[in-house]
Amino acid sequence: MKILVCITNVPDTTAKISFTDGDTKFNKTGVQYICGPYDDYALSRAVELKEQHGGTVTVLNVGEAESEQVIRKCLAIGADDAIRVNTEPTDSYFVAEQIAHIASQENYDLILMGRESIDFNSGVVHGLVGEMLGIPSLSPVMKLEIDGGVAKMTREIEGGKEDIEASLPLVLGCQEPIAEWKIPNMRGIMSARTKPLKVVEPVGVGLTITEKYALPAPKGAVKMIPAEEAEKLIDLLKNEAKVL
Amino acid sequence: MSVLVFAELDNGSIKKSSLEAIYYGSEVAKAKGTSTTVLAIGESNSDALAIAGKFGANKVLWASDARLNSASIQAYSSVLAEAVGATSAEFIILAKSSLGDAVSARVSAKLKASIVSNVVDLPDFSNGVTVKRSIYTGKAFATVALTADKKVIAIKKNAVNVVEGDGSASVENFAPALNDTDFAVKVTGTHKASGQVSLPEADLVVSAGRGLKGPENWGIVEDLATALGAATACSKPVSDLDWRPHHEHVGQTGIKVSPNLYIACGISGAIQHLAGVNSSKVIVVINKDPEAPFFKAADYGIVGDVFDVLPRLTKAIQASK
Repeated sequence: MKILVCITNVPDTTAKISFTDGDTKFNKTGVQYICGPYDDYALSRAVELKEQHGGTVTVLNVGEAESEQVIRKCLAIGADDAIRVNTEPTDSYFVAEQIAHIASQENYDLILMGRESIDFNSGVVHGLVGEMLGIPSLSPVMKLEIDGGVAKMTREIEGGKEDIEASLPLVLGCQEPIAEWKIPNMRGIMSARTKPLKVVEPVGVGLTITEKYALPAPKGAVKMIPAEEAEKLIDLLKNEAKVL
Repeated sequence: MSVLVFAELDNGSIKKSSLEAIYYGSEVAKAKGTSTTVLAIGESNSDALAIAGKFGANKVLWASDARLNSASIQAYSSVLAEAVGATSAEFIILAKSSLGDAVSARVSAKLKASIVSNVVDLPDFSNGVTVKRSIYTGKAFATVALTADKKVIAIKKNAVNVVEGDGSASVENFAPALNDTDFAVKVTGTHKASGQVSLPEADLVVSAGRGLKGPENWGIVEDLATALGAATACSKPVSDLDWRPHHEHVGQTGIKVSPNLYIACGISGAIQHLAGVNSSKVIVVINKDPEAPFFKAADYGIVGDVFDVLPRLTKAIQASK
């Protein structure tokens, strides 16, 4: 089985978000970058499937050279090789074009990625890639088993979940609890240094342009209500905040 | 050129989030001097769909082919793309949801359309078309220009203040060409909690964390939610411990909500939790620890024991009705 896992190089979930250059650029100073948490689940499941069924796991990142630290970590976790498309991932459509272009050169049985990136949270790249390749796309997938050429999955829906079956190949957006997160061991870290990491140049153009960033307006002071007068809250929510 | 809104149905009725998308679409149409068409797919009836008129729609296209009764992402995408062709729509508007994300992505690829998700305000037409969207899980915003001819805009809840009018919309049957390959994915079972307020759709949310001490204590949370007509939610540790189902988990790696009111009970307010709720209009925090970081993000706070405060709030709401 050939699996392609697409990963994002994103600021840590606890990172303080700020902008520079007249609010036109993300301020990377002091920010720790990680592999997207949902992408980590996708990679972990891919490595588990490889252990069960044999095959290869290729990691794909659309990003600049600074992504390579995170890519090496993915190789240490168990991917066999990696491809980096050397460009800034500025637009969902543009990122999907890169993935579809790479995927169309090989016959992957599964293209896995996180349900969404945690920087732009659009959750549309899997769908875009599926349509560009003419194959089904599903997200968020929380359980994935492969039986012959068929994938048996559980997908979260609003207020519950549904069981799904579909033939490979598929594009899937993943989320917990599809797999246990894997932590690289020393042997993995050593072998990751020599695993192939190919750098290719991008194709196509994006269809949106991010012009400016802004932070939310600071929150006003919290209004405290003494616990013994808790009932007053209802009156305040009705008549002051007007949300009831 | 016109505006097309993709409306999701729930038991035959247009979902609340989709009514908001219809209103958003009609405001775009007003600004561009054009009309708003709604596409509804699946089982419904003309009266239920005509409601769209009150939210500014001129016409509803209804694709009622029985094969579309269960939501097939690929089939729905094909139907929406065909409706875009039939209406010469420039703008395709929808509410962000799990189905909405999937369908809008595939339609955008079919049409080579600009796609922007998590949009929080009406577009600005002063220089091309730009929208304001939420990024970094609600920790920041970006202004984004849509440069392609066709533009797909997925809105976040409360992106626009809906004003219900007395307009009416005509309902027309829409019979798209359906392809067998669009039904390749089989749904073999559905597990859905019934009779509860849907969390992503809810205006009011009561959420609880480890401060509740165990799943057996959730009754006081559910009582408050029932009294308010609110949805229930929980923090990540609570869902990790299996005290509550995963689809109630709100936060960075769970559901992101933007209700009018979010009441957090016994949740300390880790940055990852705040990321999922910080677009809420009003946040109430109830926690016995006065140092809980959540109080800094709150509009109203009560330092107190949830086991004492929640039942009293429930009583106060029941008494005020």
